[in-house]
Amino acid sequence: MAKEISVDISRVGTEAGQSETAASRTRNTCPRCDSHYREEEMVANLRVCAHCGYHFPVTARERIVQLTDEGSWNEIARELHSADALEFVDTRPYPERLQAAEQQTGLSDAMLVGSADIGGLPVALAVMDFTFLGGSMGSVVGEKVFRAAELAIERRMPLVTVSASGGARMQEGVLALMQMAKTVAAVDELREAGRPYISVLAHPTTGGVAASFAALGDVVIAEPGALLSFSGPRVVRQTTREDVPDDFGLAESNFRHGHIDLIVPRPELRDMVARLAWLLAGGNPYRRPTLIPDLGAQRAMGRILGGARRRITDMLPDRDGA
Amino acid sequence: MTAPERPRRFLRRRGGDGDAWHAVELARHQDRPYTLDYLARFCDDFVELHGDRAEGDDPAIVAGLGSFRGQTVAFVGHQKGRDLKQRAYRNFGMPRPEGYRKAMRVFELAGRLGFPVVTLIDTPGAYPGVGAEQRGQSGAIARSQLLLMGLNVPVVACVIGEGSSGGALAIGVADRVLMQQHTIYTVISPEGCAAILWKDAGEAKRAATALRPTAPACLALGVIDQIVPEPGGGAHRDHAKAADMLGDAIAAELEFLDTLPPLERRRLRRQKFERMGAFLE
Repeated sequence: MAKEISVDISRVGTEAGQSETAASRTRNTCPRCDSHYREEEMVANLRVCAHCGYHFPVTARERIVQLTDEGSWNEIARELHSADALEFVDTRPYPERLQAAEQQTGLSDAMLVGSADIGGLPVALAVMDFTFLGGSMGSVVGEKVFRAAELAIERRMPLVTVSASGGARMQEGVLALMQMAKTVAAVDELREAGRPYISVLAHPTTGGVAASFAALGDVVIAEPGALLSFSGPRVVRQTTREDVPDDFGLAESNFRHGHIDLIVPRPELRDMVARLAWLLAGGNPYRRPTLIPDLGAQRAMGRILGGARRRITDMLPDRDGA
Repeated sequence: MTAPERPRRFLRRRGGDGDAWHAVELARHQDRPYTLDYLARFCDDFVELHGDRAEGDDPAIVAGLGSFRGQTVAFVGHQKGRDLKQRAYRNFGMPRPEGYRKAMRVFELAGRLGFPVVTLIDTPGAYPGVGAEQRGQSGAIARSQLLLMGLNVPVVACVIGEGSSGGALAIGVADRVLMQQHTIYTVISPEGCAAILWKDAGEAKRAATALRPTAPACLALGVIDQIVPEPGGGAHRDHAKAADMLGDAIAAELEFLDTLPPLERRRLRRQKFERMGAFLE
């Protein structure tokens, strides 16, 4: 589980033999094709490389802006803080690490939950943030998933989660492990109440999050190139000395093996979630979601989506043509 | 456990570094009884069931039906091997998705025919292999928990050795969770934790202390319900006596769980896990 916490983000999409230009790289340099963007371009392109379709990581706040209708986000359970029940100390005490992460990210833990509209349809939304201690799941994340499910049941909305996590939070020991069961219990409640659940997996979703609520969506959507596995490639290589294939654990590999429903490039994600939420709610013809009008035009121009789309269509014959 | 004060005070009282590492060593002792050792002593008759009906059969998980103190019980447990050959065959008790799917098949059967479920946990974790990932390791672990969460029959889980990571919890969702005295239950092996947080697997002893994986710590944290005593020195000293003690504890729990109406039992099981965690609001 948390073995997989250290996930090498730069590994995805980096091709062998690529020249190292580490010195000239910034966080807005594409690790796959070396294109560089200004911050405004990054925001406008939803942090997708316009040249090759590489999906940069997105923080929870930015994800919410990308996904939800303007002004509809209403956060709940904002004041939850981790309680360090184990008094865990490694090279630094856990509360110190928490405080540093809080200052760095402005978040109180690795997940934001609340209600929002997507294309005019109300949903309960839980979004993880990888920048907060590797998006690790401790007691706070577990409780937030549970509250999001409760909110979905109470207000008769679908639950949408966006995961990005290295796994369970080691600093909370066995309590972190139990958060897996807790989020599974939340999904069980949701199913009993007949509310649908859409799980979106962003890079990376591994360990305890991959093996609990994130795997249990009625529909599971992944972003292109996301690493989705229980154990990360480094752990697999070290433990088993097996040859790890280049596409190990990536969304595309998971799709081929039948573990996810869809790979959706980020610019189309909002519409896909809205369409699914609508269909899962019964598809009332008078409550169609409002989709982004110019998305078709953008797609035709090959902008934004070029690379991402090419990778998905490349992969399809492999499955059908066998 | 929303109020973190109680476990904290308890944990502070616990002894120093030796404590946790000693528990780790005893939990991994090669002469400890494994699942099949217990089943041979628990059951008048036990028939092991094989295969997940899709991919294959995983020797790291043993599943089957046994006659336990006058009734049929579905048993599922991790299985380690004792000699070199057996260890390799059992894959060191690290299940692949097939193992969890076999377990799920037996859980489902038990639910349908009304047999109680008893699981025995003893694994260093789910197997981190390429094939295991491709066949859906995380999905299998998640679904196994979900299935156990919704079962209408009594479920008792007991940690009988190492309970590490999601590979252990996959069969650990139960109405009552027990731990033998000298076992560990943890989010990650001490070695794995040390490799990540200290960048040195040699710091495993310190990691073990920090992780608080011992039975008394897990009880204080509200993760388990009961500690099952072992014969003097540990279960490896006397398999027969260890099996008697564990068998008695499981039988008592099953008897109690049988008095609850199925839907209420299911609701309480879910609630038990929903209350786990330590946070401030």
